[in-house]
Amino acid sequence: MSNTNNPRAGQVGDIKTIDLVRRSLARRYRAETRFRWYGIASIALGLFFLLVLFVEIVGTGVDGFRQTLIRLPVKWDPPLLEITDARDPQQLEQGNFEAVVRVGLAQRFPQVTDRREKRELHALLSIDAAYALRSLLQKNPELLGGETALWLLADDDVDTYYKSLLRGEPFTARTSEARRAQIRELMQTGDIRTGFNTRLFTSGDSSEPEMAGILGALMGSLLTLLVTFALSFPIGVAAAVYLEEYAPRNRFTDFIEVNISNLAAVPSIIFGLLGLAIFLNLLHFPRSIPLVGGLVLTLMTLPTIIISSRNAIKAVPPSIREAALGIGASKMQMILHHVLPLAMPGMLTGAILGMAQALGETAPLLMIGMVAFIVDVPHGITDPATVLPVQIFLWSDNPERAFLARTSAAIMVLLAFLVCMNALAVWLRKRLERRW
Amino acid sequence: MPSAALLLIIALLSGAAFIAGRSRALALAGAGGLRILNSLPFYYGTLTAFWCALPSLLVVAIWSVLDGVIIRQMVGELVPPAAVEAAGGNLGLVMNQVRNLAAGHVTADGLDPGIVAAAERLVQLERVNRWAVAVVVLCSAIFGALLMWLRIRPQLKARARVEDIFRWALLACASLAILTTIGIVLSVLFESLRFFQRVPVTEFLFGLEWSPQTAIRADQQGSSGSFGAVPLFAGTLLIAGIALLIAVPTGLMSAIYLAEYASPGVRAVIKPVLEVLAGIPTVVYGFFAALTVAPMIRDLGLDLGLDQWMNISSESALAAGLVMGVMIIPFISSLSDDVINAVPRSLRDGALGLGSTPSEVVRLVVIPAALPGIIGGIMLAASRAIGETMIVVMAAGLAANLTANPFDAVTTVTVQIVTLLVGDQEFESAKTLAAFALGLVLFAVTLALNYFALHIVRKYREQYE
Repeated sequence: MSNTNNPRAGQVGDIKTIDLVRRSLARRYRAETRFRWYGIASIALGLFFLLVLFVEIVGTGVDGFRQTLIRLPVKWDPPLLEITDARDPQQLEQGNFEAVVRVGLAQRFPQVTDRREKRELHALLSIDAAYALRSLLQKNPELLGGETALWLLADDDVDTYYKSLLRGEPFTARTSEARRAQIRELMQTGDIRTGFNTRLFTSGDSSEPEMAGILGALMGSLLTLLVTFALSFPIGVAAAVYLEEYAPRNRFTDFIEVNISNLAAVPSIIFGLLGLAIFLNLLHFPRSIPLVGGLVLTLMTLPTIIISSRNAIKAVPPSIREAALGIGASKMQMILHHVLPLAMPGMLTGAILGMAQALGETAPLLMIGMVAFIVDVPHGITDPATVLPVQIFLWSDNPERAFLARTSAAIMVLLAFLVCMNALAVWLRKRLERRW
Repeated sequence: MPSAALLLIIALLSGAAFIAGRSRALALAGAGGLRILNSLPFYYGTLTAFWCALPSLLVVAIWSVLDGVIIRQMVGELVPPAAVEAAGGNLGLVMNQVRNLAAGHVTADGLDPGIVAAAERLVQLERVNRWAVAVVVLCSAIFGALLMWLRIRPQLKARARVEDIFRWALLACASLAILTTIGIVLSVLFESLRFFQRVPVTEFLFGLEWSPQTAIRADQQGSSGSFGAVPLFAGTLLIAGIALLIAVPTGLMSAIYLAEYASPGVRAVIKPVLEVLAGIPTVVYGFFAALTVAPMIRDLGLDLGLDQWMNISSESALAAGLVMGVMIIPFISSLSDDVINAVPRSLRDGALGLGSTPSEVVRLVVIPAALPGIIGGIMLAASRAIGETMIVVMAAGLAANLTANPFDAVTTVTVQIVTLLVGDQEFESAKTLAAFALGLVLFAVTLALNYFALHIVRKYREQYE
């Protein structure tokens, strides 16, 4: 541009360039600011969604941790119960506790006389009330013949209405006017309250929302994860050791590596298809058991664990290896005595993150039948079970409104577990990982 | 299945073999001290234990795969043909009867005497089988250990042998990845081929109507449900497209801001918080989509008066795609972050030195240089969106509509796989096999996407290393 043979051109060029720059400068700065705001807006959008998600889940979920209870005078009347000796298990088993509940309710609401209304009145309490009375009498046989006022579990519709009433936005769709009047009456005398929902943590699934709990699903998740961890951690570490320490650079090793990185990105539902075709149809394992769930999740998390274990092994400096070999250790001794202990924190961190991923996984477990309605809490890896995310899926599908809060509560429990696992992984990394 | 007791016995025997091998090595060393041994006594013991455990475990594994089949075959021969015919020619039903009878779940009253005989035979065979497996396994364990024990010499290179076994075990673990891939391919391919015998490939890939539910009745002519998967492919692409439309700009801009503008402190806080989005289980997103987003989208559509022109459904592609997009944001942003950080400092400094503003550096230098890596990341995200299951199962619906209207309900490949396979199914029906054919398509597409994406990313990484 600055051609000295042509002074005019140089001059024009200089003026033009600087003018161009000056003129465009404001526009360019505006573009700069705009660009910066796009970035901030994007991040804000992500954070906003995260916030909305948590607020929504917690907002609907807190109700799930509370349970409505109704105080009822209970007459432990022997002829009505058909029990003469409260220490006799057989009499307890056959005792008519429903009648006691019915009489108690009739006593509380003497104005109800109509047959149909009476039946509705009886439905004020959960069917669990009779069971609760039985176990109470079993523990305290001396109660027989006396009278006690007891807090008993309310029916789920009462529960939903009462909790919505407390929030100030009554949900009236599933309660009749008569029932709402009864609830108001109970409120006036202070005979209705909410308490911590212990059932949520102490019982298995149930078709009655007020009796449904996540203990069965939690145990199922625990058993499934145990199987997954017991298989995927040793196998993953072994594979990582082979690839980092032994594998020659050849086609076969490349093939293994390509396979691992591809498997890490295969949709999880495909692993479910694999489990269905191989474990259930070929090997005839039973459906819905944590063992098969664990096997499927093992295959799914293995790539994650192999990749993180390899990184941990890679981070151990070569000098350690050379020192071990130099004083006469064999390769196996070098690996087992030096490399693995030093890489262990990193590998455990990866394994915990892999387990967290497995804990949240739903789709492959649907394929192998872990969606069944299972009331019993599983005790072994061959008992039929479901897992927490699948339980959430099942409840969220349930049209009963009272399940909505419990679904969110279950989600909160699941998220709490995930947070704990991730925190543990971060803590392990911070505390135990050495910087070389 | 191998009983736990048997495995415990093998473990105990291996322990005994370890002690025996070790003490034999020590005895051989005798007064000469450990120096005359080739390896430490530990390795002689370990080698003996391996020879005890490995052959017997192999026997257990082979036995437990085969015994069920063989017993079923032997009992099946005893079942009278008349009983099979009475059960509609279904041997499986009769065998279930036999098994229930043998397990004592039902009584023998009123059953075919042939079935009773078969059940008795089954009980007898199972008892024989239990004993036989125990005897054979114990023999192979003791025999293997003894064989090794007798061969222990001071010159035996026990350590080298143990290391060989160790190495092979490691290789086997590493090869599991290949086995898994082969397992996936075979299981999906095999069932798909059976499906394509009933439904032509062309009809499956190009047919416009999907209604597998009509094939429930067994007496239907050739299970005549229609299996044209185009609506599913369209639905999948629509939802994945919406998700990417949200996730790509948002994720990319977040990554650029965090990599180029944010101070280290801000970055250290924001990055992990954004990654929380990736750690939330998909079932939670699904619940959120169905509970909150879908009604919101429907109301939005109705408020805008869009229902005059298009169908507005309570389960919409937009709701599922939107939530899926949010789920993918951290995926895109962390992959882009990696590639943006891999662009050398010198390129940025050069551009800044020429007078560019930071945004011009990003747009004209960093992004073009990082483009292959970013595209690889987007492809990985696309494969993730296509294979995502729970969000669409809970929020996108089951109606196989062939539509481009994001407010309408669409269904996807993964949703159909889940619906076809969840619950009790008969494994032979075209409906069930169709799920595997869909699985094959899904696997093929995601594999291709992943393969190219990883290839691009690796190529790109090498370029700047």
